[in-house]
Amino acid sequence: MPDAYIYDHVRTPRGRGKPDGALHEVTALRLAETALRAIKDRNNLDTRLVDDVVLGCVDPVGEAGGDIARAAALVADYGEHVPGVQINRFCASGLDAVNFAAAQVMSGQHDMTVGGGVESMSRVGMGASGGAWPVDPHIAIKAYFMPQGVSADLIATKYGFSRDDVDAYAVESQKRAAKAWDEGRFANSVVPVKDINGITLLAKDEHMRPSTDMQSLASLKPSFVQMGEMGGFDAVAIDAHPEVEFVNHVHHAGNSSGIVDGAAAVLIGTKEAGEAAGLKPRARIRAFANIGSEPALMLTGPVDVTEKVLKRARMTAKDIDLFEINEAFASVVLRYLQAFDLDPAIVNVNGGAIAMGHPLGATGAMILGTVLDELERTGKETALVTLCIGAGMGTATIIERV
Amino acid sequence: MNLTHFLFETDADGIALVTWDMPGRSMNVITLEVMEELSQIVERVASDEAIKGCVVTSGKDAFSGGADLTMLQGLGALYEKLAREKGEEEEAMRVFFEESRKLSLLYRRLETCGKPFAAAIHGVCLGGAFELALACHYRVVSDADATRVGLPEIKVGLFPGAGGTQRVARLMQTGDALQMLFKGDQIRPLMARNMGLVHEVAPRDEIVEKAKAWIRAGGSPKAPWDQEKFKAPSGKVYSPAGMMIWPPANAIYRRETHDNYPAAKAILQAVYEGLQLPMDLALRVESRYFAKILRSKEAAAMIRTLFISMGELNKGARRPKAVGPTNIRTVGVVGAGFMGAGIAYVSANAGMQVILVDRDQESAEKGKAYSHKLISDQIMKGRAKTADRDALLSRITATADYAALKDCDLVIEAVFEDPQVKAEVIAKVEAAVRSDCIFASNTSTLPISGLAKASQRPDQFIGIHFFSPVEKMMLVEIIMGQQTGEKALATALDYVRAIKKTPIVVNDSRGFFANRCVMNYVREGHLMLMEGVPPAMIENVAKMAGMPVGPLSLNDEVAIDLGLKILKATKAQLGPEAVDPKQEALLVAMVEKEGRLGRKNKKGFYDYPENGPKRLWPGLADLQTTRLDPDAIDIEELKQRFLATQALEAARTVEEGVVTDPREADVGSILGFGFAPFTGGVLSYIDFMGAKAFVALCERLRAKHGDRFQPNKLLLDMAARGGRFYEAAEARAAA
Repeated sequence: MPDAYIYDHVRTPRGRGKPDGALHEVTALRLAETALRAIKDRNNLDTRLVDDVVLGCVDPVGEAGGDIARAAALVADYGEHVPGVQINRFCASGLDAVNFAAAQVMSGQHDMTVGGGVESMSRVGMGASGGAWPVDPHIAIKAYFMPQGVSADLIATKYGFSRDDVDAYAVESQKRAAKAWDEGRFANSVVPVKDINGITLLAKDEHMRPSTDMQSLASLKPSFVQMGEMGGFDAVAIDAHPEVEFVNHVHHAGNSSGIVDGAAAVLIGTKEAGEAAGLKPRARIRAFANIGSEPALMLTGPVDVTEKVLKRARMTAKDIDLFEINEAFASVVLRYLQAFDLDPAIVNVNGGAIAMGHPLGATGAMILGTVLDELERTGKETALVTLCIGAGMGTATIIERV
Repeated sequence: MNLTHFLFETDADGIALVTWDMPGRSMNVITLEVMEELSQIVERVASDEAIKGCVVTSGKDAFSGGADLTMLQGLGALYEKLAREKGEEEEAMRVFFEESRKLSLLYRRLETCGKPFAAAIHGVCLGGAFELALACHYRVVSDADATRVGLPEIKVGLFPGAGGTQRVARLMQTGDALQMLFKGDQIRPLMARNMGLVHEVAPRDEIVEKAKAWIRAGGSPKAPWDQEKFKAPSGKVYSPAGMMIWPPANAIYRRETHDNYPAAKAILQAVYEGLQLPMDLALRVESRYFAKILRSKEAAAMIRTLFISMGELNKGARRPKAVGPTNIRTVGVVGAGFMGAGIAYVSANAGMQVILVDRDQESAEKGKAYSHKLISDQIMKGRAKTADRDALLSRITATADYAALKDCDLVIEAVFEDPQVKAEVIAKVEAAVRSDCIFASNTSTLPISGLAKASQRPDQFIGIHFFSPVEKMMLVEIIMGQQTGEKALATALDYVRAIKKTPIVVNDSRGFFANRCVMNYVREGHLMLMEGVPPAMIENVAKMAGMPVGPLSLNDEVAIDLGLKILKATKAQLGPEAVDPKQEALLVAMVEKEGRLGRKNKKGFYDYPENGPKRLWPGLADLQTTRLDPDAIDIEELKQRFLATQALEAARTVEEGVVTDPREADVGSILGFGFAPFTGGVLSYIDFMGAKAFVALCERLRAKHGDRFQPNKLLLDMAARGGRFYEAAEARAAA
């Protein structure tokens, strides 16, 4: 089986996902184009070598609909022969797009592929693509559907994380992200988004609040109380986990991932394809896995999928130098730390989505790049990237430097 | 046309008036014959060019109560028969499906026949009858107090399957429609108009004329949803508005039912799918769910217990026929505490004179004041008038003088649960009353035959056991002492009927019927706690099993020290093997070490903070010697333990002759202590599972949790021969 190597990765900065965000005027197509074009330009890539572009997108409707990957490849001038496919595994779409792209290479059917993702949450809107899961009683009832925030609060309740615990984690995420930006740790990967005249619209993540402290977070009201009580979702949580007397609502905008716009791309290929393109591999994709997990808790899939992928790779958590787990909600990370008894110092070293935001379909590819940069910066070898996913799933990828 | 159930006449304007008036029945009901005649009428109206439109009304004091539930029960059995005869399941199902949707198709034909139909409704118009009205293009209801419309099918495990879900969901916002269909309430005229269910409210003698006037004025024969530009009130299902409606609707369904009621889920599903389809297909989908629900054991169980059996018990199924009508004009209530005060209220509310006696005037007045409070609450809610309060209170005489009881036809004592105290009261009452007066004890714990020893007239002595709070709980347990005579029983039953509650008649035993089951339920909760099950899980899983309140909550309400007292008494009388040492240890720790008595001292299994909801007492964890991993606990087994321990106790009461009629155990268990209604009650729970499966369940639970799950001989016999509690009744029905 051919190995899949990572040759490069880029991401856009993340714009605040609101009408006043710097990327609101930028179409999803242009966001995706920006990432693809950067991969092409900075590697002098002969795109005739590219066999496919796989992009994750969670709300692929309207301007992001149809098959945005093909449209993006065309406008990024990859040439008419480069096809594209858009995939959706909710929040892990970006990482799964990389895995799918790698799988094409590992299967020996393609030589060079691009994986990545795009989401313009300010323009398309979260949930715009609909779907049966929350709506059709046939699945919603069976799957104990709850809004993610209620599930995150259920995780906090079940596993014993207090409001202080989750807030403290959020403060740390902001600190780490601010430090990483200050020290230029993202400099090699973030490509500015420019207008058609070359004027920079955004060069830095826009969502961060480095001055966040426990006091400022304490003033925020929990976001999911009303939904839980009036909307009936607390009762759903309790039916699924009846040892819980009441759901302790601890999450709010300050300790949950930010709603943002952004795109990312990762260039993947065989050893030979890289040589043909004159590129040096930066890492090897060692293993990846997907799993379904308990749908009411919904966001504990990273624990299950980590166990699965480590087993497949014949590794243990001790073999991993750095972990990157998407900060969908603080309790998701805290549960992950608890389950594997991890040292917080090797997890999300440069902050995460609580500080910088979570452009749903792109995040997985972004954080894969973030941890690869950090491996290189610190001279470490192995990293595991994972994300929690709606409806109870987990996706994980292990990379190692070469 | 050859009509038996309808009158058909056409006026000078060419408007047909169809008057539904079934001979030999007090209430119109939808039967196969009614459907056949209605079909003839629709075709006549549709084809006769001289007829401009049609008004449907009733010749009785009510419009109609809806479909004949026994007909629906029959439909459910039809599939089984078809499957046997045809030998091919899918073909049998196809035939059954078409049969089961005939009413729906008939109404749709009426709605689309090209002529305007208007319904003129007075009195109750419920279920399938209201679905008929909904299929009409215009609805006028009378403003009378007795007029009610609604779709109560959900209460017997069914749902409106003749277009009800689809038409309601097209008349109002989806959230409102789902709520109406879930609740099954009977709706008053003005409310119905505000909800958009009916078009016009008018005095009774004008409803037909108003309906005709609408037709004369050119009323459209096209329902709103058959018009081209129709938009559902909440818009599309898949829309931002839909996202605000459906996820919470699904969650609230689970909150309210714990997913135990397939009919409620079918409502959600039929509305969700139906709103995305044109009407004819939407009705077809509704029919598919109806055919499925009609075959569900939940519907069969709920129809049998909550409609048929309850109706029979309410009509006096157990009343001795030899005794002529008793005329209870005056009721004495001795003991004006919480129970006595409630008994006084329901008696006076039923129009009886009440003599409320307590040891001093002040205590008696305090008991009467409770009636003042309850009726005032009714006035606040608009359900009674000030004059009703005056009349009601004038019927209650509060006194400390036993001599005031002299004219009583029935005296009910509700004094302290102490045989000595009761004996004194019995003597005082019997000294004051007429010799033909019936004496009833509201004891919940003391055997009636024992108390009757203090009576001069044990044949006139009976138990009438109310549940708390009296004004809310619909069940009354009547207890026959060894010497209780038929007149006493007839009087007690007539009294219960007069206060509009449902009676069950049981023979004397410690705890009678209901409390024996309830005590087992509470004990199971105690034992789970001692096993290390998280307290919240005990409470939540009990509710998931279908119980209205968790066992720990329930114990807090009735007082933990009372539980300990009963346990100690049982131990003293029956020996140490009669009680569970773990349960005893828990209750001793709670009551004697921790001083936690329940809600009454705001310290029980729960804490009761001044502001804010009650919360489980955190100290419970310290009473647990082991604590189980919640993710490793078999939730289904916990549910089974809660239901099986009660059902098994009920089976024991049958074997002991305490309960003699399965209908009473089933109805009593649902009304008395809220036993999972979707099962049809304690014995139906066993019958629908099958005695063999239930015995196997008991054996499995016994091996794991102890001899309290030992199935009794009756069950073992039933399991061996495939018997059922209802076999006698079923045999009667088959004959």
